Amino acid sequence: MTGASAPGSSSSISAWWWRHQRTLTPLILLAPACLLFAIFVIIPIGMSLSLSLYDWDGVGPKTWVGFGNFAELFGDPVFFTALKNNLLWLLIYLAAPMLGLLLALFLNQGVRGIRPIRALFLMPFVVSQVVIGLIFAWFLNPEFGLLNPLLAKLGLGPVAPLENERWAILAVIAAGLWPQTAYCMVLYLTGLTGMRPELIESARLDGARDHTLLWHVVLPQLRPVTFIAAMVCVVSALRSFDLVMIMTAGGPYNSTNVLAYYMYEQTFLSLRYGYAAAIAAVLFGLMACCVAFFLWRLLARERG
Amino acid sequence: MRGPLGLVLACVLAMAGPASARTLIINANTSDPAPRAAWEAVVADFRRDNPGVEVKFNLYDHESYKKSIRNWLTGASPDVVFWFAGNRMREFVGRNLLTDVSGLFDDEVRASISRAGIDLVSVEGRQYGVPYSYYQLGLYFRRDLLERAGVKQAPATWADLIETCRALKADGVEPFAIGSKDLWPTAAWFDYINLRSNGHAFHMALTRGEVPYTDTRVRAVFAKWGELLELGCFAKNHASLSWQESQALLYQGRAAMMLIGNYIVANFPSEVRERMDFAPFPAMQHAAGKHEEAPTNSIHIPAAARNKEDARRFLAYVLRADVQERINRALLLLPLNQKAAIADDRFLKKGQALLSNAEALSQFFDRDTNEELATIAMKGFQEFMINPERLDQVLEGIERARKRIYKN
Amino acid sequence: MFPTPIERAPRATRFTYRAALYVSLAVWLLPMAGVALTSVRSIDDLNRGNLWGWPSEFRLVENYTAVFADTRMAQFILNSVLITVPAVAGAVALACMAGFALAKFRFRGNLALFVIFIAGNLVPFQILMIPVRNLTIEIGIYDTRWALILFHAAFQTGFCTLFMRNFIKQLPDDMLDAARNDGLSEFQIFRHIVLPLVRPAIAAIAALTFTFVWNDYFWSLVLVQSDDVRPLTAGLQSLRGMWLASWHLISAGSIVAAIPPVLIFFFMQQHFIAGLTSGTPND
Repeated sequence: MTGASAPGSSSSISAWWWRHQRTLTPLILLAPACLLFAIFVIIPIGMSLSLSLYDWDGVGPKTWVGFGNFAELFGDPVFFTALKNNLLWLLIYLAAPMLGLLLALFLNQGVRGIRPIRALFLMPFVVSQVVIGLIFAWFLNPEFGLLNPLLAKLGLGPVAPLENERWAILAVIAAGLWPQTAYCMVLYLTGLTGMRPELIESARLDGARDHTLLWHVVLPQLRPVTFIAAMVCVVSALRSFDLVMIMTAGGPYNSTNVLAYYMYEQTFLSLRYGYAAAIAAVLFGLMACCVAFFLWRLLARERG
Repeated sequence: MRGPLGLVLACVLAMAGPASARTLIINANTSDPAPRAAWEAVVADFRRDNPGVEVKFNLYDHESYKKSIRNWLTGASPDVVFWFAGNRMREFVGRNLLTDVSGLFDDEVRASISRAGIDLVSVEGRQYGVPYSYYQLGLYFRRDLLERAGVKQAPATWADLIETCRALKADGVEPFAIGSKDLWPTAAWFDYINLRSNGHAFHMALTRGEVPYTDTRVRAVFAKWGELLELGCFAKNHASLSWQESQALLYQGRAAMMLIGNYIVANFPSEVRERMDFAPFPAMQHAAGKHEEAPTNSIHIPAAARNKEDARRFLAYVLRADVQERINRALLLLPLNQKAAIADDRFLKKGQALLSNAEALSQFFDRDTNEELATIAMKGFQEFMINPERLDQVLEGIERARKRIYKN
Repeated sequence: MFPTPIERAPRATRFTYRAALYVSLAVWLLPMAGVALTSVRSIDDLNRGNLWGWPSEFRLVENYTAVFADTRMAQFILNSVLITVPAVAGAVALACMAGFALAKFRFRGNLALFVIFIAGNLVPFQILMIPVRNLTIEIGIYDTRWALILFHAAFQTGFCTLFMRNFIKQLPDDMLDAARNDGLSEFQIFRHIVLPLVRPAIAAIAALTFTFVWNDYFWSLVLVQSDDVRPLTAGLQSLRGMWLASWHLISAGSIVAAIPPVLIFFFMQQHFIAGLTSGTPND
């Protein structure tokens, strides 16, 4: 397949191409994705991390402060409230897989019309968090919301969780739990349909009751699903922003602030880009630890 | 560039070029129905008088406007922005983000606008914006609800205020409606108690960051505020209500008074209007009417605006007495151009009388002080209103921020 | 099948199960039902506190018309479409190419690149916010739809590549080798053999990515300032500021905002769910 050696001759280029196209094609195919990803994701991460070492108001010159931002962060009570809220969010979100599993078990029947019903259960996940936030913010509004009249019909007193500093964050997290549970439900439903029927049938023939089956046969088989569900819940909990912004804007007086929202506030309201980058760096660090853990487990499975 | 994507990108960027030279982009925060209609009419007339200019009038709600304006001034700028006179404007001028428009303030203009008005848009003798309306703050109350509770006149002193609260509560009405979700309504209370207790000069020094928030005079303000909190004078659940939602309490007769600006008048439902009245904040150590708040709205040209020529035309247009009269008639606010007539409205007349006799005018807490400090302080005010026992903690938090922000 | 199939149970249990299904669905969707109900009420009902009862008058047409007539809702929807469709097309196209490269070719750094795509998709947005915003300002696409299109295409490529790579990996190697022996170049294999086979996967990630991009709120806040360009999520939130306490209009607006992704979901249910559950190995 060696063509004429005259430089610039098309046959020599095409021959050269033909020899190398097996190794070059993947690189060419990868290039656009990698380029875009690098420009918009990878490089900005580095830039933010470096920005966290400066003090900058977005317009003027950047002043080097080294770890000054981080030092200030660790003396900032709002930072700790935000961090606490994020961890609380994480903990409560880990209930989502369990609730999702219960829902999936409930819906894992072949009755007529179960398909559209399952789809309807997934609806909260399909709708934007902005809409979810608006729905719940209004539901919980003490003057005009729908919850208090409902409670009144049941004989319970009126509540105003969104303005109570202790309960507000729980109300916001509960709003997020709704779509998150729907998502976990779908994961488990698919997992349940993909299980090996022989194991279940043989265990049944041995006389095993449903709850024993669940613990000893079903859950172990669903372990990969639980893994994914937990990972997604952790990532979502650390990322939470939309609901906080729509429902409470971090209030009342910062009690529902989360790291993502605090960072946004510091950038656009307080104009402290360096400080905001430091908050983002902490968030990133937290996420990196969780992601590293999950990736390590994922890679172990890939290789094995 | 590499590959088809790069080609597409280059084509697209070529198409998304700079705006045409005669486009005038105006970003405004006048999104409530009445101001919106007024400004749209003004802009329509300007369009008619300037046929070669394509005017884009972009509206935003107040809170997101406040958050977005910095993006605009530091990023891709519109040609005209709406903003606030006084220290808010001065912040941007200090960072060279606004255009000098002193050329618009010729002798004729200077003869029409009060000294105080021009000072509000000036930095070291140069003007950086055009003020178009201001308004008074005070107690707007339901005369009928007060009478029903046995209170014949609006409270004139602090003691009167306490008595009025007691009477209203006994009658089953919440004395004050307030919506603290957006934070700034709480600052109205802080400002006025401070102005009446410690005077204008102290208030200005405090907002300039020269006085610590742990000072005894500041504590005295909170002590007075605490008296009202102890009596339960403020409507419940205010932390989840915006001020627009809380005004409904007044109209439904569940609350009797509100410390707010004159812009609320435009929202009075017709059946309630006749029963509403206005009174300045009661006297304490300082008499009522001596030191008042008069937040002033203004328009400016960003330093990075692309079409400054037409922007100046627009600003000059808004300086005119007839335009100021039109805007303020519709907004039910007060024009700065004193040659402009004011609408025939009793609230405005009272406001005009109040402000023109005032010795000194302030701009409202979140405009007089650094914005970041204002937000932190107002969060503190909200926390204090709900948990008065946390006063020390709240003041220390605000003071920490003040030290950091005003260190230079 | 787990749990015990209900078909085997006595009639009473089956009946109870059905009833439980409908009741639980009603409770689950209660907030949305409440919002839908409110969107057909008049403001008088709300002021009088008639929140759960039968509406005194049906203002379905008026409310929904008001949403479109008095506001720029139609423009917001159009913007969302103009942003989401190109972004999805871009992400899917890039992911097919990159997924094929990562799945079927061995080269140094293959696994590392794969991991970078996964990890990049999991990062919190905030770490990207300031640099990406500054980048769009510098290139001059700030406050245009292109800023959002490019960003979403780039960011969603992470997830889409992961999905496509896993899917393509399952294609039998001998089929590709046979094609190579027939003299096809790698590009031709990609176009004529791989792409047709991955259509279900493309449908899955297209449906999912559409939902993610359409529902995004954060980046619409950061990269966009004017109504001309604003997509639906940010538009709805800004309208809330304009609608004061008009909850019937806010409800109607929310329903309108929720409809497009729900429609896409119902039409592409199978693909949607396949996309969500791709990572679950069912060995």
